[in-house]
Amino acid sequence: MGDLTLSAEKLVKGVLQGNRRDLARLISLIEDEDPSADEALSSLYKHTGKSLIVGVTGPPGSGKSTLVTRITAEYRRREKTVGIICVDPSSPFTGGALLGDRIRMQEHSLDKDVYVRSMGTRGHLGGLSRHTSDAVRVVDAFGKDIIIVETVGAGQSEVEIIEVAHTVIVADVPGAGDDIQAIKAGIMEIADIFVVNKSDLAGADKKVTEINAMLDIDQNMGAWRPPVLLTNARTGEGIEELVDKIGEHHTYLTESGDFAERGLKRSKDELEQLMEYKLTLELLKKLRGTSEYEEAIQKISERKDDPYSVAERLIARFLTDQRE
Amino acid sequence: MYLSSSKKIRVLVAKPGLDGHDRGAKIVARALRDAGMEVIYTGLRQTPEMVVRAAVDEAVHVIGLSILSGAHNALFPRIMELLKEEGVDDVLVVGGGIIPEDDIPALKACGVAEIFGPGTPLQVIVDYITANVK
Repeated sequence: MGDLTLSAEKLVKGVLQGNRRDLARLISLIEDEDPSADEALSSLYKHTGKSLIVGVTGPPGSGKSTLVTRITAEYRRREKTVGIICVDPSSPFTGGALLGDRIRMQEHSLDKDVYVRSMGTRGHLGGLSRHTSDAVRVVDAFGKDIIIVETVGAGQSEVEIIEVAHTVIVADVPGAGDDIQAIKAGIMEIADIFVVNKSDLAGADKKVTEINAMLDIDQNMGAWRPPVLLTNARTGEGIEELVDKIGEHHTYLTESGDFAERGLKRSKDELEQLMEYKLTLELLKKLRGTSEYEEAIQKISERKDDPYSVAERLIARFLTDQRE
Repeated sequence: MYLSSSKKIRVLVAKPGLDGHDRGAKIVARALRDAGMEVIYTGLRQTPEMVVRAAVDEAVHVIGLSILSGAHNALFPRIMELLKEEGVDDVLVVGGGIIPEDDIPALKACGVAEIFGPGTPLQVIVDYITANVK
């Protein structure tokens, strides 16, 4: 797999010059957690922040991939360039994955202004992979106007997409779940736009009513009330309106100051997650493989010690060691 | 969770040409998945251009071409040619399907590394890819 040993610096340069092979390879470098990936991301950072990022989430089979294809076609009609990142689950047993979202995206497969990339979750929960947001950033630096991120088929708590996207579309289909499902926490709370897809199926209007009823009793809603749209991604019905709504939401975010506020919160979250990850990495690098560490684990499993105090002890010592 | 190598072999399983039979391709895709690889399946009826574009965009290490229509002598060399044009020289290309023995030498000469005919045990394909991925 020698193609990934190329220098990160060269790949960064290629990405900024619009070389899609370098774009693809840099994303792989990041996914594979190559030691040079951070350096590449760090030098790309100042070139990012220009793309509008749209998240599409919803249960398996709700038509997310087809919806993404249609939204892309509409943006292309409006002469915008598009990057698509689709996440599918990796097997928890083998780590392998079957990434099949491209199948529905044939019509864009030769458009040079559309870039499609599939990612496996690689053990990460939350609806995305650990490095989806980094991949989005690389596509952003590459210069796509719009980036669409499709999550894995989401149930109720795969809500990580809100940390990545400016506008989150939650797609649902008629006939799934009753009105109690609609007021549960989680995925139903994160929508900026609701889509009831497969609008030709029976119960579509009822679904719209249920979601609207849920929104009616929402006490925490800001000035943006998520619209509930009917679409038929197969025929393209409702897609133009959906893309208009994404634009309206973007305008709302900018004018209300939410954009800046969300950006600040996102930067803080990201910095803290990164520090947590790096600290853990450093700590484990020191501990793993030492006999003391293995013995401590053994003792915990025999109930001779407990994980709470062991963790505290190990961290305290790590911090003292760092000071010296 | 941490410190484990997360490097994965990425494979594009593609169906170039006009035959609509992808049971074999799906079974191979599944076997590669179960061997821990990330498999991107293109779906049916791909032109050589579409296959090469997908391979570039997805930064795959391996391309597996499945064809049952008999058009392999036209499509495989065209795909190899396009890969060359794109400067892709580090991807392992293998093929499978209904391909007569007599055609295999010419396909290999244009850069297809191996052809797996009907009845090939899945493990043979997995082992070949694992051993030969560039």
